[in-house]
Amino acid sequence: MRLDQIIVTISGLFLAAGVIWYFFLYKRQTVRAKDTEGIQEVKISVKGGYDPDLIVVKKDKTVRLNFYREETSSCTEVVVFPDFRVRKELPAFQNTIIEIMPDKIGEYDFHCDMNMIHGKLIVEE
Amino acid sequence: MKVVDPICGMKIDSEEAIGHLEHKGETYYFCSDSCLERFQENPEQYVRSDVTAKKEVKMEKKKLGSKTKEGVTSLTGFSDQANYLKLEIPIVGMSCASCAVTIEKSLKDVEGVQTASVNYANQRAHVTYNLNEISSPDLLKAIESAGYQTGGAVLRIGIKGISCASCVDKIEKALKKIPGVLKATVNPGTEEARIEYLPEMVQLNAIKKTIEDLGYQTVHIGDEIPEDREKSQHEAEYKSLWHKFLFAAILSVPILIGSFPEWIPSWAAVPQQTRWIILFALTLPVLILSGSQFYVGAWRAFRHHSADMNTLIGVGTGAAFLYSFAATFLPGLFPENLRNVFYDTTAIIIALILIGKVLEAKAKGRTSDAIKRLIGLQAKTARVVRDGKELDIPVEEVLVGDTVVVRPGEKIPVDGIVEEGSSTVDESMVTGEPTPAKKSRGDEVIGATINKIGSFKFKAAKVGKDTMLSQIVKMVQEAQSTKAPIQRLADVISGYFVPIVIVAAILTFIVWYDFGPAPQLTFALITFVTVLIIACPCALGLATPTSIMVGTGKGAENGILIKGGEALETAHKLTAIVLDKTGTITLGKPDVTDVISLNGMAKNELLALSAALEKSSEHPLGEAIVESAEEKGLTLAKASDFSAIPGLGVKGTIDGQSVLLGNLKLMQTSQIDLKDVLDQSQAFAEQGKTPIFVAINQKLSGILAVADPVKEDSKEAIRKLKDIGLEVIMITGDNSKTAEAIAKQVNIDRVFAEVLPNEKAKYVKQLQQEGHIVGMVGDGLNDAPALAQADVGIAIGTGTDVAMEASEITLIKGKLTSVATAIQLSKATMRNIKQNLFGSFFYNSLGIPVAAGVLYPFFGILLSPIIASAAMAASSVTVVSNALRLRRFKAAA
Repeated sequence: MRLDQIIVTISGLFLAAGVIWYFFLYKRQTVRAKDTEGIQEVKISVKGGYDPDLIVVKKDKTVRLNFYREETSSCTEVVVFPDFRVRKELPAFQNTIIEIMPDKIGEYDFHCDMNMIHGKLIVEE
Repeated sequence: MKVVDPICGMKIDSEEAIGHLEHKGETYYFCSDSCLERFQENPEQYVRSDVTAKKEVKMEKKKLGSKTKEGVTSLTGFSDQANYLKLEIPIVGMSCASCAVTIEKSLKDVEGVQTASVNYANQRAHVTYNLNEISSPDLLKAIESAGYQTGGAVLRIGIKGISCASCVDKIEKALKKIPGVLKATVNPGTEEARIEYLPEMVQLNAIKKTIEDLGYQTVHIGDEIPEDREKSQHEAEYKSLWHKFLFAAILSVPILIGSFPEWIPSWAAVPQQTRWIILFALTLPVLILSGSQFYVGAWRAFRHHSADMNTLIGVGTGAAFLYSFAATFLPGLFPENLRNVFYDTTAIIIALILIGKVLEAKAKGRTSDAIKRLIGLQAKTARVVRDGKELDIPVEEVLVGDTVVVRPGEKIPVDGIVEEGSSTVDESMVTGEPTPAKKSRGDEVIGATINKIGSFKFKAAKVGKDTMLSQIVKMVQEAQSTKAPIQRLADVISGYFVPIVIVAAILTFIVWYDFGPAPQLTFALITFVTVLIIACPCALGLATPTSIMVGTGKGAENGILIKGGEALETAHKLTAIVLDKTGTITLGKPDVTDVISLNGMAKNELLALSAALEKSSEHPLGEAIVESAEEKGLTLAKASDFSAIPGLGVKGTIDGQSVLLGNLKLMQTSQIDLKDVLDQSQAFAEQGKTPIFVAINQKLSGILAVADPVKEDSKEAIRKLKDIGLEVIMITGDNSKTAEAIAKQVNIDRVFAEVLPNEKAKYVKQLQQEGHIVGMVGDGLNDAPALAQADVGIAIGTGTDVAMEASEITLIKGKLTSVATAIQLSKATMRNIKQNLFGSFFYNSLGIPVAAGVLYPFFGILLSPIIASAAMAASSVTVVSNALRLRRFKAAA
């Protein structure tokens, strides 16, 4: 094996490992929903992903997710909360409100229509 | 002279006043007798001593913007400062008369409340309060603190120009000051106000005007607006994609030709580097103007630790372009044989992917056509009668109880019950039933259906989100958010798909670089780019959602509401279907066909006695007896000690005689001697009639035969179900003879008869234990446990009452043929989903290895990245187009 081949192989493998770490193993930051007048409210900016994408809420209290889609890329045009049977189109550069009543403790994924872009709702006591 | 009526505040001409009165040296004029009478009762209450106060009243009226209605709003005043308003507030959640006392007390405790009385019967609070001291939200708080809710209407109104938090406060305060506004909250984020108000007091214009007077613009928010917004956005998106594609495609032509100098000798004569620089100059605009969305999207996703289609295209075309860029401007970096450019690849990939996206966007827009059409059905205005006048008002302002006028050719605005007039109504848009329905007094009408020739008035029974149309829209939207279990694997895969593909591309690069033929770097780069480009996650991601969107939408068009992917998937696997007899196979409107009386009793006497007892019952057979007696004009005595014995019959006392009425089981358990009539009752049963025995004072007095005619289409529907390959089973509470007679008429082989309502679920379970996957069809009310027990519960809705809780599938119109259609639709949808999933799995599992070059060592085949991008564009378009084929679904005959 030539030297350049060894270099390419090693750096390629490192790169592949980096891809796996970056997309799968990276720990994301959580955000706790703000409680105002009995409603837990979170603003989520949508731009190639959900920001924040890990949201902690309390059980049995209405959660109001205020999505603002800051792009026209069609990848993010729909958000789906499969466990809450919500599928909603997010018009670009507009607020879209989704209200959810979490009545069970657990972790609930939400994602774009094609399940490429993910977020998680964590329901706590 | 213009004067003001002190009672209602109406401005009238003194000449035209109905009457006038002198009080304490001043003359008062009245618009009507009732105002005059009220003044006479207690003049002091209405007199205002100073003129400015009168002006205030007038101004207050102006602000209100509402017409004054006698007895509802009367601005009154009986001191210099006080400005009193009488309010009628609907209350929700009052369950007993003592609740009224609690609310009254709570209201009276509020400082500024003059009088408060709560009427339990009409669920309303009547409050007179001082406008200067408190406003209606304070009353609301008092009612809420007592533990009750107010039943105001809710309005959302868009406000433009909110720039700061103080604007919010200012608008909220102004809104709360409008008498009749119960709650007002302004959300600066969404730029909208949510207002709870009493519609009989406040009109929309008053609310709008209040906001506009503060210097803001108001925007109407209705259901149709976001739809329009979405539509225009989709169109803009489509146009922009199309323009980007055109730009890329046009430039791709010279780039492609320029990349093959052997085609044009004079071009070949130009030095290589100059040619490449020219190609670079042509490609860069394509990258920036047409391709930038992929790079921007990829970068945004990257920042969120996620990867999508943009990542694949961005990295793929980016790598090809950067390599070409380096070869063009820093040729010294590469040995002679590796100096190569891929400008044509870069530009053509971008053009092809864009055309794929254009087609996909167009097709995807059509997957939600059905739901958009449903939403679009909603009427915009309604003509209601208020204060004896016909008014055209926005449909959002129609209240339960309003009388609505419908003229020929008009759309019926909300759900209700016909009060006068008659007509035929085309309900096909909601129920899927093509024949227009006749409507006359007492019939239910459904909002969004179209009145044909007659005209009628109806009482609004359901408005806003409670209407059948809104329920259907909600249910279909919910269904479209669900997934079929079959998609689970696809879901897991698509969640990891893109990063895995990137890893695969990197490994491909390494393998080609290490073991590939020369020039290794070129081959490694080409395969790397091809793997990235061909792996389209879109096809996988779109496979199920698009089919479900189209399938559930198609169902809604046919009056079939499917709860979601899971219901679809189970429905196509059914092996047995249980049909409830009454109301499903039969009309559910039984009729008395024979009366046999014993012991010398007159037939009509027996019928009258039975009807008297059944009057208190809600059983359909009982209703038939009462109806039959009423048709004959018999007078019914009063029954006492009535009690219903579920599944058996009823008993009670009439004129001191104890009367027992019911089926054979009831007579047997009550030890009544039946031997004289057994033959006759057998004969009835064999004809499919239900014999009902009547015993007076423990002695048999006669039999009534009640028959529930079989629906016209039942036989046909059962044949269809059998054609699909299902075992059809009938379940009924009737005796086995009657049941079998009916079963024979409609060709059903297996019957569960004499089943008590609460036992139906048990029989469903029994079938499941036999290994069947069971569908249960019932009316959704007393069949709820059986519907829930079944693998797929199919509720047959009637009229506006769509029972959806216990069932997976709801048929809006009580048509049994729709059951077969629903199952056929679920089969068609599942087939479509499977085709899509298979297609995308097949495409990816084959496409990626081929792109990586696995065929090269054996056949020398290597995929060009351009072919890969064409395949990728085609894959998602294929999936969506395949889903759209479902729109052509037609139930088999």
